[in-house]
Amino acid sequence: MTTAYTPELTEIKDAIHPALGKVEIPDFVSESELPSRDGDRVIQYREALREAMTEEMRRDERVFLIGEEVAEYNGAYKVSQGMLDEFGPKRIIDSPISENGFAGMCIGAAMMGLRPIVEFMSWSFSLVAADQILNNAPKMLYMSGGQWGCPIVFRGNDGAGGQLGSTHSWCVEGMFANVPGLKMVIPSNPYDAKGLLKTAIRDPDPVFFLESERMLGDKAHVPEEEYFIPFGRARVCREGDDITLISWGRPVHFCMEAAEKLAGDGIECDVLDMRSVRPLDIDSVIESVKKTNRIVVVDQSWPFGSVASEAIAQICERCFDWLDHEPVRVNTIDVPTPYAKNLEAAYLPNAERILEAVRAVVSE
Amino acid sequence: MSQTISEPTERAVQDQSNGPRMSDDQALEALRTMQLIREFESRTMQAYQRAKIGGFCHIYTGQEACAVGTIMSLEKTDPVVTAYRDHGHALARGMHPSACMAEMFGKLAGCAKGKGGSMHMFDRPNHLYGGHGIVGAQTPLGLGLAFACRYQLDVMGSGEKRVALCYLGDGALGQGAFYEALNLATLFSTPVIYVLENNGYSMGTALKRHAANADRLVDRAEAFGVRGVEMDGLDVMSLYEQFRPVVDDCRERQVPAFVDLKTYRYQGHSMSDPQKYRTKDEVEQYKEKDSIARLASQLMTPKDDGGRGILSEDDWSAMQKEIKDLVKEAMDFAEEAEAPGESELTTDVYANPQPNLSPQSVYGHGVKNPLL
Ligand SMILES: Cc1ncc(C[n+]2csc(CCOP(=O)(O)OP(=O)(O)O)c2C)c(N)n1
Ligand SMILES: [Mg+2]
Repeated sequence: MTTAYTPELTEIKDAIHPALGKVEIPDFVSESELPSRDGDRVIQYREALREAMTEEMRRDERVFLIGEEVAEYNGAYKVSQGMLDEFGPKRIIDSPISENGFAGMCIGAAMMGLRPIVEFMSWSFSLVAADQILNNAPKMLYMSGGQWGCPIVFRGNDGAGGQLGSTHSWCVEGMFANVPGLKMVIPSNPYDAKGLLKTAIRDPDPVFFLESERMLGDKAHVPEEEYFIPFGRARVCREGDDITLISWGRPVHFCMEAAEKLAGDGIECDVLDMRSVRPLDIDSVIESVKKTNRIVVVDQSWPFGSVASEAIAQICERCFDWLDHEPVRVNTIDVPTPYAKNLEAAYLPNAERILEAVRAVVSE
Repeated sequence: MSQTISEPTERAVQDQSNGPRMSDDQALEALRTMQLIREFESRTMQAYQRAKIGGFCHIYTGQEACAVGTIMSLEKTDPVVTAYRDHGHALARGMHPSACMAEMFGKLAGCAKGKGGSMHMFDRPNHLYGGHGIVGAQTPLGLGLAFACRYQLDVMGSGEKRVALCYLGDGALGQGAFYEALNLATLFSTPVIYVLENNGYSMGTALKRHAANADRLVDRAEAFGVRGVEMDGLDVMSLYEQFRPVVDDCRERQVPAFVDLKTYRYQGHSMSDPQKYRTKDEVEQYKEKDSIARLASQLMTPKDDGGRGILSEDDWSAMQKEIKDLVKEAMDFAEEAEAPGESELTTDVYANPQPNLSPQSVYGHGVKNPLL
C-alpha cells in the first residue's frame, strides 16, 4: 500500500545542496600574489590547457576527456598531447564524428556524477550538437526542479582567422551566451587559459569554454604553483583615462595593439579583458566608464544580438549619465566569414578598425 | 488495419531464451501497477479537460505492460530515462502518484517543483533521469547513464554492474541522435538497453509511412552490432520472461541491446488529437487484446484451466477500488497543493549561482526538491 505523500517544502539554507552535494569552489589566489611573472617558465596556450586538464584529472577520477582525435592522434591541435599515455584509453577517449551523440552521452554521464570535458575540434562543429548542449545541459537542473545538475565543460576553438571560410569560422558566443543555465569563458592568454579551465572543471554548472586556434601557440609566463581564476572578474590590461576598451578572447590583443598606437597620439585607453562573458564583470566596466566617460566594445562575433550589444545595453542601464559619447561597438563585419586573406583580415575587429572607432569617439 | 502486432520473426524467436517465470507476487504487483497507471491516466484526462493541466499531455493508456514488464526486470539502482509519454514510467519506477499529478498541476510539491510539467518527470530517489520532450534526445543521455555506470566500475572501482534503460517511441527512429548513440554504444561497450515502444504511430504518421523497412526494425540495431529482439508488448508476463534475460545478459557482459516492443496507444497522440489517421475499429481490435484484462484473467483462471488461480473477482474489485482511492487522493492533493512562489522562477538555474550571470535575474537555490 502506498504511503501518504507529505513532502517538506523548506528552503535550502546550507552550503550542501541536497542533490548536488557540496560545491567545491577552489580558493582564488589574487593575481598580485601569483602573477604571470617574468621569472616563470614560458609555455604555450595549448600547454596551459593541457596542464589544467592534467592536474584536475590527477586529482579527480571523475574527470575524463573525450573528443575527436584527442587520444591516439594526440589532439587535432595537440592540446591533449601525451595525455593518453598518462591516463589511458578509459579516460582519454577518441570519439567518432558524432558531436550530438558524444555531447549527449557526456550530459547523461554528468547527471550520474562524472565530470566530462568534451572537446569540440571547433565550436563550429558544435552546431550539430546544439540540441544536447543548449536544450539539455543548461536546463537539466531547472527541468528536474533541482534534482540533477550538469557539471560539464565543453571546450574547443572558436572564431575566424585561419582562412577556413564560413562553415569553420563560427563565433558561437553571441548565439549561445543567450541561454540561461550555462557559463561562458573566453580566455585571451595562456595564464588565464590555465586558471580559468581549472575553475571550469571544478564548477558544478555547464561551462562553455571558448579557445582560439589562432592563439594555441601563443606563449606566456605561467607559474608552476597551482592557481585558479574566478569567473566574472575582468583583468585590467592597461590603464588610461581617456576611453574604456573592453573585449574578451583574441580581440583583446587587437585592443592592446590599438591602445599602443593611440598612446603615441596621446590617447590613453583603459583596456579590460572580461575573461568570462557569463558571468560578465559589468561592475569593473562601470567603474572604468565612470573614470573615462567613453566606451568602445570589441567583439569577434556578429553585431546583431551579440555579447557586445548586451554589454552596451547593461552600460546604458547602469551608467548612462556618465557617458559623454554614445557607446560604440566593433564587431566582425555582418557577413558570412570570407576566405580571401585580405577580406578575412578586414572582416575581423582588427586594430585598425578599433583605432578608427576610438578616434571618432574621443574627437567628439 | 494499418498496423498489426507482427508475430516475432524466426530469428527473434531463436534469440529468446526464456528467463525465470514471473512469480505470483510479481504478477499481482504488475497488475496493480498497470491498473494504477490506467486509473491515473483517466484522471489525468479529466483534469486536462477541466483545464487543471496545461501544455502538451500524452496519455500512456494501452501501453502499460511496456513500462511495467521492463522496469520489473531491473534492480532498484539501474538508471532509467524516457521520452515525454512518461507518466507510466514514473509510476512504474515508484514515483508517488501525488508527486506526478502535482507536477502536472504545476505545483511546488510536484516532482520537478512545477518546472517540468507532463513531459518532464524526474525522480532522483527512484533513478528516473527524466522524461524528455525532444524526440530522440534521450537516446544519447541513456547512453551516458550506462557509460557512467561502466566508468564508475572500471575507472573508479565503485558500484556494481548496472544497466541503463532508455525508452523511445517509434517516431524517434527518424532521429540521427539514436544512430549515433547505437554506434557509440557498441564502440564503448556500454550497457544501455534501448526499449522501442512501438505503438505504430508517430503522432498521425503510421510506422510504415515514417520508417523504411518497418518489418525489420531490429536490423537497424544489428547493423551496429547491437543485439535486437522483438517482443509482444501487450502481454506483461511473457514480456517479463523474455526481457529479464536480456537485462541479465547486458548486465553480465556490459553490452547494449535493442528491444522492439509491439504495443498500442488507445488515446490520441496528445490530448488534442482528432485521430483522423486511424479507424475506431482498429482501436477496438487492440482493446480486445488489452494487457490488463488479459493479466487479470490469467490470474483469475484456475490453475487446472492453465491460469494462476491466485486472484478472485472480489480481490480484483478490491484492488481496483484501492487504486481508485489512491489516485483520487493524488488529484485532491494536486488540487490543494500550493503553486510555486514567484521567487522560484529564478531558482534551480545554476548549481553555483554567481553575481552578474544575468543582467536582470539574481539566482538562488530556493525550496528543496520535494522528492529529496
Ligand atoms: C525533435 C522533435 N520534433 C518534433 C517534435 C513534436 N512531436 C512530439 S511527439 C511526436 C511524435 C513522436 O512519436 P513517437 O516517437 O512514436 O512516440 P509516441 O508519441 O508514439 O509515444 C512529435 C512529432 C518533438 N517533440 N521533437
Ligand atoms: Mg509511436
